[in-house]
Amino acid sequence: MTTLSVSGLNVWFSTEDGPLHALKDVTFDIPERRIVGIVGESGCGKSTLINAILGLLADNGEIRNGEILFEGQSDLTKLTRREMQDLRGPRISTVFQDPMGALNPVLSVGEQMINIQYRSGQSKAEKAARAIEMLKLVRIPDADSALNRYPHQFSGGMKQRIAIAMSLMMEPALLIADEPTTALDATLEVATIELLQDLQEQIGCSVMFISHHLGVIAELCQDVVVMYAGEVVERGTVRDVFHDPRHPYTRRLLECDPARQTERTRVLPTIPGEIPDLRHRPEGCVFAPRCLERHPGCDMAQSERMVAPGHAARCNLVDQSAAEGESA
Amino acid sequence: MSEAASNPPAAARSELWKSFRRLLREPLGVFGLSLVVLVILAAVFADVLTQWDPTRINPRDRFLGPSGEHLLGTDQLGRDLFARVLHGGRIALYVALVSTAISLAIGIVLGLIAGYGPRWLDNLMILLFDATKSFPTVMLALALVTIVGPSLTAVVVVVIIVNVPGYARIIRTQTIAIKSSEFVTAAQSMGASNARILGVHIMPNVIGPLVILASMDIPVVIAIEAGMSFLGLGVRPPTPSWGSILNDGFSQIRDTAWIAIAGGLPIIITTLGFTFLGETLRDVFDPRLKGR
Amino acid sequence: MLNYAVKRLGLAVAIVSVAMFLLFCMIYLVPGDPASVALGPRATDAMKEALRVKMGLDQPIWVQFWNFFSGAWTGDLGQEVLSGRPVLDVVLEQLPFTLALIAGGITWSVAIGIPLGCWAAINRGSFADRLVGILSVAVIAVPSFVIAIYALLIFSVSLRWLPAIGAGEPGHLGDQIVHLILPSLAVGLGWVGYIARMVRASMLEVLEASHIRTARAFGLPENMITYRYALTIAILPTITLLGVGIGQMLSSAVFAEIVFARPGVGKLVYDAILTRNFPVVTGAVLVTTVIFVLLNLVADLIVGALDPRVRSSF
Repeated sequence: MTTLSVSGLNVWFSTEDGPLHALKDVTFDIPERRIVGIVGESGCGKSTLINAILGLLADNGEIRNGEILFEGQSDLTKLTRREMQDLRGPRISTVFQDPMGALNPVLSVGEQMINIQYRSGQSKAEKAARAIEMLKLVRIPDADSALNRYPHQFSGGMKQRIAIAMSLMMEPALLIADEPTTALDATLEVATIELLQDLQEQIGCSVMFISHHLGVIAELCQDVVVMYAGEVVERGTVRDVFHDPRHPYTRRLLECDPARQTERTRVLPTIPGEIPDLRHRPEGCVFAPRCLERHPGCDMAQSERMVAPGHAARCNLVDQSAAEGESA
Repeated sequence: MSEAASNPPAAARSELWKSFRRLLREPLGVFGLSLVVLVILAAVFADVLTQWDPTRINPRDRFLGPSGEHLLGTDQLGRDLFARVLHGGRIALYVALVSTAISLAIGIVLGLIAGYGPRWLDNLMILLFDATKSFPTVMLALALVTIVGPSLTAVVVVVIIVNVPGYARIIRTQTIAIKSSEFVTAAQSMGASNARILGVHIMPNVIGPLVILASMDIPVVIAIEAGMSFLGLGVRPPTPSWGSILNDGFSQIRDTAWIAIAGGLPIIITTLGFTFLGETLRDVFDPRLKGR
Repeated sequence: MLNYAVKRLGLAVAIVSVAMFLLFCMIYLVPGDPASVALGPRATDAMKEALRVKMGLDQPIWVQFWNFFSGAWTGDLGQEVLSGRPVLDVVLEQLPFTLALIAGGITWSVAIGIPLGCWAAINRGSFADRLVGILSVAVIAVPSFVIAIYALLIFSVSLRWLPAIGAGEPGHLGDQIVHLILPSLAVGLGWVGYIARMVRASMLEVLEASHIRTARAFGLPENMITYRYALTIAILPTITLLGVGIGQMLSSAVFAEIVFARPGVGKLVYDAILTRNFPVVTGAVLVTTVIFVLLNLVADLIVGALDPRVRSSF
């Protein structure tokens, strides 16, 4: 069963300078118990995607069509605010990028962890016990007294582990991890990722792992989705996509990151050019203006092509290489 | 620091015109502007608008209600309240203009000294500014007036004490920001004197936001004048002031409401007018000052 | 942070010292001599001279300054001219009335201002938000004594709902509270505006913070997010603002006490001016300043108590 199945998702924002097409025909699956990496430059629509899944789009944002099927039954785009709110936390939970700002600075860690369980119907003592159990699981020293402490009394790495404990406390079916390690230094990053991996196995949830970091994705994820300018340009298993990239954008990403599996880079490698203005999307392929392999066929709208079972790319070169392969 | 100051005059003028047009698009700003214009015109043309002498006592016409002859009625001495209100507006605007101008002058000088001078002097002056600014003003005014006696000058002095720290602080902050900017450094390296740097390079850049803030303080000045006159510490009788009319109204409040209403309304109209105008002006001219 | 605490205390001492210095300047350097002021125009030169010696005005200026300064710091504010009672006692007798008035003003402003600011922030950009904005500016702009007179006119003289004069029967709490309603409204109404604006602005800022997004991502109820997660933070700058604003409230209190004929420090000073009871004026100004500085510190302590980040850094 797939935990999350996004298909044909389109998100528009109304801005002062006209409508902005932030996500276009986004399609991908997050199978049960698997970790799916989402990779792309900043501005590629990762945050919009998260907000669309969580039902937290800003007031000027709107899902025009497409569906987000959760656990094969409920379409998240059709749920009421109330129903969506009930899913957030217990079934779908999130770890955000900034561990410094993710916790409320004036409430104790204990209060925040107890508040999250407000739906559980347990006594306060039981909720506190559950919180301590989770803190122990993420290896917070002196977990019992940690409940009475405030976020600023913990280091950045500990805060992020607390945030992870909070997000997994309700044993969600899906964990969205939004660049959870970007703000941490390299050693902490490794430890945090290992922790995340352990906990995912224990709880058996699926993970949508957003990162700039190709190395981390290669290490942690089974599947990967490459996004560019609000579109999914390539998706498949990590092995397929990283060893046989079919979209020029994916290739450029990987080329720019030569030591991709060994050396950890902080930021995604830069590619010359800029993401197009999403208020005026090009008619054809969205990557064409920056593409080194551009040809006249790129001026037409591109659909997703299957490269192999479970490996797809939104580029017409896939057809050509397939044709070449046949003629050869 | 305003961009307009470094532009050529023509561009600055069109910038000003554009801001004015933006002001006219804000209903609240237009409302404020109309009130302010109304108050100014009423004060300037006081003699034309009413034939009554604001200080003439007429015991037979005491406590009259509003009528065609006395638009706002008469007070406990039979003086025409409409005439007193109009002439009171002159006092209020006079104090606002004079004391704001003097406060600005002193504030600019002190602010430039604090911002441009040595560090210890800056720290000392900031301490003094903060101390004076956060001090209960009316108490100080009361103490001052006990010595020098009630007068218009006392009002002006109190306004200056209240306003100068704020202005000096703004000027100081701006001066420090500009002091390290490239064109000042360039002028220094070419051997310009301190006076020249302050006068030519720094002054024009700091004065724009200050004038906006000063115009926003006018309601406060008017409140101080009216308040002190209300307490009998400002304008001496029989000279009409909104505050003293309000005081007459207060002492006669059980006999007639008209005097109190006549004294209070112009204060409300003027402070609201200047405040609405000032708020809109600030948003239109310099959004960075928003929320100060 | 210790640095901050020291600076904070330094500022407090500086405010009191500056006030003393200014007062001293006004008493001794401004033309017009306190002895003549105290005795009035009909006093003989001999009487003035005698009082000058008694008040120490014949000594060199720096001795006078030192006497004034050291006296003030040790609580010796001189004697009342007529009765000879210590000024400090006279002022402290009136102080509770003024403090009650200010407490009332703070109650009004907090009770109305905080919900109003919150409401405006939640409905940002709506008609209600704009209306709250305009009303806030309006109540800030109109001077407190005009509000006091109009409140007196409407609620006491015309409608006769509330008493117009005095502080209520001693020992009768209910009566005292009824007498406090209008004067404290006059003191606090402007601050409703300040606080509503402040709360709105800081709520908008806090609601953008990433921990609020986290709270939403955990599906916490909107009410809990607004009041427990956002307001507890948004309220902190408001308390600091109130601390600074107490100076302004003390000024408004003078007017409210006069208009509603309430006992209090403001009324005391006003009457003292009319009777040329000069030591009472200076004494009351100094006590007011100290009260102001103390309440300011209290505001900072409250912020410390509510904000764990500040609390742990002391």
